[in-house]
Amino acid sequence: MTELKKTPLHDAHVELGARMVPFAGFEMPVSYAGIIEEHRAVRQRVGVFDVSHMGEFILSGPGAFDYLNRVVTNDCSKLVDGGVLYTVMCRQDGTTVDDLLVCRMPGGQALVVVNASNIEKDFAHMRSLLPEDGTVTLEDASDRTALLAVQGPFSRDVLKSCPLFSPVKDTLDGLAYYNLFRYRIGGDEVVVSRTGYTGELGYEVFIPPARAREFWDELASHGKPFGLQPVGLAARDTLRFEASFCLYGHELDDNTTPLEAGLAWVVKLKKGGFVGRDALLAEKEAGPRRKLIGLELEERNIARQDYPIMHGVEVVGKVTSGTFSPTLEKSLAMAFVDRDRLDDAYSVQVRKKLVGATVTPLPFYPSRAK
Amino acid sequence: MEFEHMLFTSEHEWVRFDDESDVVIVGISEYAAKELGDIVFIELPKLGADVDRSEAMGTIEAVKTVADLFAPVSGTVVEVNTALDGQPELVNKSPFEEGWFVKLSMSDRSELDHLMDHDAYQNMIGES
Repeated sequence: MTELKKTPLHDAHVELGARMVPFAGFEMPVSYAGIIEEHRAVRQRVGVFDVSHMGEFILSGPGAFDYLNRVVTNDCSKLVDGGVLYTVMCRQDGTTVDDLLVCRMPGGQALVVVNASNIEKDFAHMRSLLPEDGTVTLEDASDRTALLAVQGPFSRDVLKSCPLFSPVKDTLDGLAYYNLFRYRIGGDEVVVSRTGYTGELGYEVFIPPARAREFWDELASHGKPFGLQPVGLAARDTLRFEASFCLYGHELDDNTTPLEAGLAWVVKLKKGGFVGRDALLAEKEAGPRRKLIGLELEERNIARQDYPIMHGVEVVGKVTSGTFSPTLEKSLAMAFVDRDRLDDAYSVQVRKKLVGATVTPLPFYPSRAK
Repeated sequence: MEFEHMLFTSEHEWVRFDDESDVVIVGISEYAAKELGDIVFIELPKLGADVDRSEAMGTIEAVKTVADLFAPVSGTVVEVNTALDGQPELVNKSPFEEGWFVKLSMSDRSELDHLMDHDAYQNMIGES
């Protein structure tokens, strides 16, 4: 077992009394005040998340976006400077290597944000696809990038009240959903992206590790009047679950295609050649073999990952994620179900008990991020 | 907190007993409640149910995990804490008082001898 990595904000979490857990090779805060309290703070006010464990790659060179457009499933060719795109990248057989953000930086570089648990796999996959003519270079910038997410209805107000953001208040006001801007503080470069994983108005701020604590402390003091709450990984999960965003390792993995996971909207089969296109085209024509559905349980037991979905006495699927939704106050689950067993109601095998569940449309909680 | 009439299991249940009565109150320790985190649902045994010592008699659903509630002693369920139905978070807020689970009428009082006193329990969880 190798030693766990620490984010630049590790000491701040410990000072706050956070419960720390190993996650994707990092020692990360799973909760501070309590999962439900943190969850509600983001829905009603504002929360700050240390997500510095996420991976960041920089792609440079004249061929960077042509290359990316062959590697990922969404269409990067339409990205303008400062634009951000959610996508997945697949193998030739259509299975998912990772889901990721592609950002087109002013100046033509690409910033790619990947899941912490997939950094090494993604880097190897992307490197293996680089053109041999040297027109694209790939660099892992994860260790020199801290990432803080500020999410919730008051997120913009909190950022604008921080001294670090005083030069860019107007830019923040004008920043549209899935866009970013870059600016300098002293010699340091800061990137502010209007993206997130909560379903609320929110921002993700890429900042050099040496500046992370200063920013965190500014947020703590200037966020206080807005009721800002530090939020750990557990509430990050319940928030993304309510908004029904996929989480790699749950709705997506090495054996799942984006079409199965309801991500057809990021698979642009008409954009030209890309890795996995043939397999995904064939899958689309034949219909995916299983479907991601939303379920509302009839009791308050929690349907956890891999619990069987039953249709009569038959196992027809499995739970990918489930929790008791703090906002909707219901026990909800996402699950894969075989395509020839689609119905309006199932039951979930919750340990020794069968709990009835009715199908409910995704997302459970409509995003307010736009 | 008064721990003189309380005993603990290695599974983190507590029992509050009375020298004059065979009825004990059962809950889970503050340590267990904290480890589980936000509790969102509790399934308790039915009134009048007979339970055996160490038998899973209930379920505790927390956001992050699920745990069994084990019977610390054998007996009959004579009361359940119905307040937990609407407010399972009482277990997090007040594990030793308002967040109790059931009252059991013990069938064999000598089973209390299997349980730990507060000091031994604190030693076990490493918080002595």
